Amino acid sequence: MNARRIWGLMYRHLVLYRSSWPRLLETIYWPMVSMLVWGYTSRFFAARMGSPVSVAAGALLGGVILWEVCLRSQMGFSVTFLEEIWSRNLGHLFVSPLRPGEMLAAFSGFAILRMLLGVVPTALIAWALYSFNLFKMGPVVGLFVLALLFTGFAVALMVISLIMRHGAGAEAMAWSVMFGMAPLSAIYYPVAVLPHGVRWLALCLPSTHVFEAMRENLASGVIDWRQMAWAFGIDLIWLLVGMMLFIREFRLARISGMLVSIGE
Amino acid sequence: MPPPVPGHIENALSSAISVAHLTKSYAKTLAVDDISFDLPRGATLGLLGGNGAGKTTTIAMLLGLLLPTSGRIHVLGHDMIANRFPALARMNFSSPYVSLPFRLTVRQNLRVYGHLYNVPHADERIEQLVAELDMYGFVDRLAGQLSAGQKTRVALAKSLINRPELLLLDEPTASLDPDMGDMVRTWLENYRAASGCTILLASHNMAEVSRLCSDVVMLKQGRMVDRGSPAELMQRYDRADLEQVFLDIARDRLRAEDLGEGERL
Repeated sequence: MNARRIWGLMYRHLVLYRSSWPRLLETIYWPMVSMLVWGYTSRFFAARMGSPVSVAAGALLGGVILWEVCLRSQMGFSVTFLEEIWSRNLGHLFVSPLRPGEMLAAFSGFAILRMLLGVVPTALIAWALYSFNLFKMGPVVGLFVLALLFTGFAVALMVISLIMRHGAGAEAMAWSVMFGMAPLSAIYYPVAVLPHGVRWLALCLPSTHVFEAMRENLASGVIDWRQMAWAFGIDLIWLLVGMMLFIREFRLARISGMLVSIGE
Repeated sequence: MPPPVPGHIENALSSAISVAHLTKSYAKTLAVDDISFDLPRGATLGLLGGNGAGKTTTIAMLLGLLLPTSGRIHVLGHDMIANRFPALARMNFSSPYVSLPFRLTVRQNLRVYGHLYNVPHADERIEQLVAELDMYGFVDRLAGQLSAGQKTRVALAKSLINRPELLLLDEPTASLDPDMGDMVRTWLENYRAASGCTILLASHNMAEVSRLCSDVVMLKQGRMVDRGSPAELMQRYDRADLEQVFLDIARDRLRAEDLGEGERL
């Protein structure tokens, strides 16, 4: 791993975003809109139904913010790869000394920056408008964020592997795949609400365990280490699967010639 | 398993490029069919052939973008199939058909590649290239706003950012007017003379190949059908220029040495 090469690729994307206000706006806009909608919804229910709902409202807002961590990190990673396809720059990157691992590290670094750009204003809105302080849960928030980042990266690795196999035609996966995961991730409700038949599936998602732990923390102030261990354990498996898929598809793309024609 | 090419191991270490029994097949297509050649360090080799002859596929394999179905590739002494990265750091590539990011300025693009190639004092190197390739007028413009000729010069500047020992050029003067094309060719000649760089050049411009290349490999339908210096090829086909040799090969006309007296078309 060479830090300068990683920075080189990150610099390319930083410059791109710095000079493109639509890209910056898109990064900030959706998380803020989501927070405004759910914030007023939760305020309405809390005002109507009293303090027991206030805890649920807090869980809802916490869910909105933390889900954005997962969603934005996945999208940030996948879209950074797609930017290279759209600009037809992959041919130059893959014949430079940039290792695939360094490319992934640069995508991860840039995805974190993109995620922060979307999530920090969202958390500030939650605090300013709805008096919800994400950090009142304590330092464990850092672990929640880390676990959800890993989930986002693992899904992104699978998405870009699919793009390497099927070309830019598979790019819609970059936006849609996480929305499919959302109902099973139990972001706004406990897993117990889900039908029996799909609970096992929900429990295979690392994000589900993070949101279960978050609700427990907001309700009782207790850190559910068991849920966090599940979250990180499943993340590890997902990341390994994502890496293996990426390595396999990268090699197949070098055999099929997809790396030369991936923009088409 | 193809038979070994005599002397391949020695050539692999001493040559800039050493290719042995290189074959690339897709499901229904044989894109490159058992080609072998060595390119000595400091030489300039022209890779000639019509559309679909296998030039781009060969270059993609030399760059490690594409894995061969069989055969071996050594570049600057490194096995490109087993570990291409040490060689990639010492070589570079330019093609007008591979873009640089449009939303970055020329300078920003060159800076990115300065980082990727770990170029010491990259900003100084960029200034040097801007001066040498006369890019002052557009170095701070977006790459997407450049004319085709300016883009070609930028692609060339990117390919020279790391002072490569081996330069793979795919139609380096395509889209350039004759004046600018001549400037680039002169610049390449000077760069080769000053640096000892090895150049592999794929081009459809026969005058360019005659001027720049000491050696030419002729490809047709994935096979290497002839090889020699431009002068040798012209003599072999009894032609006054390389373009006629190209047409003879493309149209399956026989070499002069294979013909009898008075049989030349």
